Amino acid sequence: MQLSDRVDQVPPSGIRRFFELAEEMDDIISLGVGEPDFSAPWSARDAAIASLERGETSYTANRGKKELREAIADDQRRRYGLDYDPDEEILVTAGASEAIDLAFRALVDPGDTVAVAQPSYVSYVPGVIFAGGDPLSVPTRAEDEFKLTREVLESSGAADADALVYCYPNNPTGATMTGEELEAVADFCREHDIIVLADEIYSELTYEHDHTSIATLPGMRERTVVFNGFSKAYAMTGLRLGYAMGPPEAIKGMNRVHQYTMLSAPTTAQHAALDALENCDDDVDEMTAQYNRRRNFVLSRFEEMGLSCFDAAGAFYAFPECPWDDADAFAEELLHEEKVAVVPGEAFGEGGEDHLRVSYATGLGELKEAMARIESFLD
Amino acid sequence: MSSRAEILELLRENARYTTEDMARQTDLTESEVETAIEELEADGVIRGYTAVVDWGETDKERVRALVELNVTLDRETSYADIAARLAKFPEVESLRLVSGDYDFDMEVEGDSMREVSRFISDKVAPVPEITQTVTHYVMESYKESGIEFGDGHDDDRLSVSP
Ligand SMILES: Cc1ncc(COP(=O)(O)O)c(C=O)c1O
Repeated sequence: MQLSDRVDQVPPSGIRRFFELAEEMDDIISLGVGEPDFSAPWSARDAAIASLERGETSYTANRGKKELREAIADDQRRRYGLDYDPDEEILVTAGASEAIDLAFRALVDPGDTVAVAQPSYVSYVPGVIFAGGDPLSVPTRAEDEFKLTREVLESSGAADADALVYCYPNNPTGATMTGEELEAVADFCREHDIIVLADEIYSELTYEHDHTSIATLPGMRERTVVFNGFSKAYAMTGLRLGYAMGPPEAIKGMNRVHQYTMLSAPTTAQHAALDALENCDDDVDEMTAQYNRRRNFVLSRFEEMGLSCFDAAGAFYAFPECPWDDADAFAEELLHEEKVAVVPGEAFGEGGEDHLRVSYATGLGELKEAMARIESFLD
Repeated sequence: MSSRAEILELLRENARYTTEDMARQTDLTESEVETAIEELEADGVIRGYTAVVDWGETDKERVRALVELNVTLDRETSYADIAARLAKFPEVESLRLVSGDYDFDMEVEGDSMREVSRFISDKVAPVPEITQTVTHYVMESYKESGIEFGDGHDDDRLSVSP
């Protein structure tokens, strides 16, 4: 059967190839995983089980359970000073993934240009294409520690874009941006009347400074849609729950697509999420403390083995420079020789070449062994 | 967090971390880690290091009992006096003063039920201040010192994911 041009032009993700290579091998240590190694906090899982026991298995409101939207509003206000109305400005979705797709479909017209800060999570470019828009790559630079700057926005032609999508703390680089650094991005977007789609899914996983949401900067709230979710901070990837926050008209449009394609986000997951917000602060703190120790460990080991890596301050990724010219070949050799999986940076788009994504969402014992193997591979 | 608090947390997670690995996980140097440990030990914050053992996985018979003790105090005898006397017995693994229906919560270990029972009847019950003992033999252990004894949960994540 003939695929639509839209789908046909999107190649399978570069991650897929490494996944297939890794799957063929036994006993590998994978530092190629983009999700937490923890299980969701027991309290949240227990709440999900209890909701099933009570028989709460129906759809919820399209926008998500009201208590959950209220809890999200409270949580985001407390943590980041964001102020969204749970009735009109919050939409609960099947993962941040769905929210991102909805935003593209609700806000992008055919022929619109969406600037995509790269390297980045792999679904933005395909999402823009599926919505009929034209993605414009904005490669961030190693010398800026992969932060988005006015300079790279200008030089890549983003001034003419209709929207900008980015993610900080970043997957794959682990880069974060301070409020001050975001101001330059905000100024640029206001000047050129650009909508901002801010993927803040890693907002809780910062180790050097607190997260700032661009929507809290002056004049940005009305032009920003923020994505967040439960996958990373609460280790709930498989429960598939996220949300979008934005001005009422954006959320209304996104909900129109959502009500026809998803109806409502998974009900059991909504129960778990509500409990997560109410009872799991300590679990998040504990997981964050663990990630931070592993981050310190990995960065120290890279320094000891002479692998150059900036001080990635967020998410659970380090993004060292690849010591070989061909990062793809390096990753493949490392997998075959030492049975350690990492992902070449170019799988995440322009700007990621010559780097490797190393995930530290793995126990310290395995990390230690993996680092020893990388060290011996380098010798 | 102070360096002492940080080191304490790491050691509570895994007392076998090398000082080198603790330094790598924190902003401390190896010698700062060593100093923090020395101080914690010297100040009596850290009293020792032991292994968490699941005896069910060994072929050694290990009998444990939790013993509730009630005592009466008089002018000359305090809880601490009684505790000092009991704690000296090597059979006593832990001893705590608790609130509620009884006074001391004592954990006793031995090689057989007979040994544990004799210890309680010959050594504990006769202590003059002890008015009552209730002994609970441990039948199965599911979690000790924060560590679950199940088979654990396999890493079922995809080996490489975005
Ligand atoms: C930057 C980023 N955004 C979104 C997602 C998807 O999150 P969810 O599980 O909420 O769909 C991921 C998952 O890896 C991610 O790394």
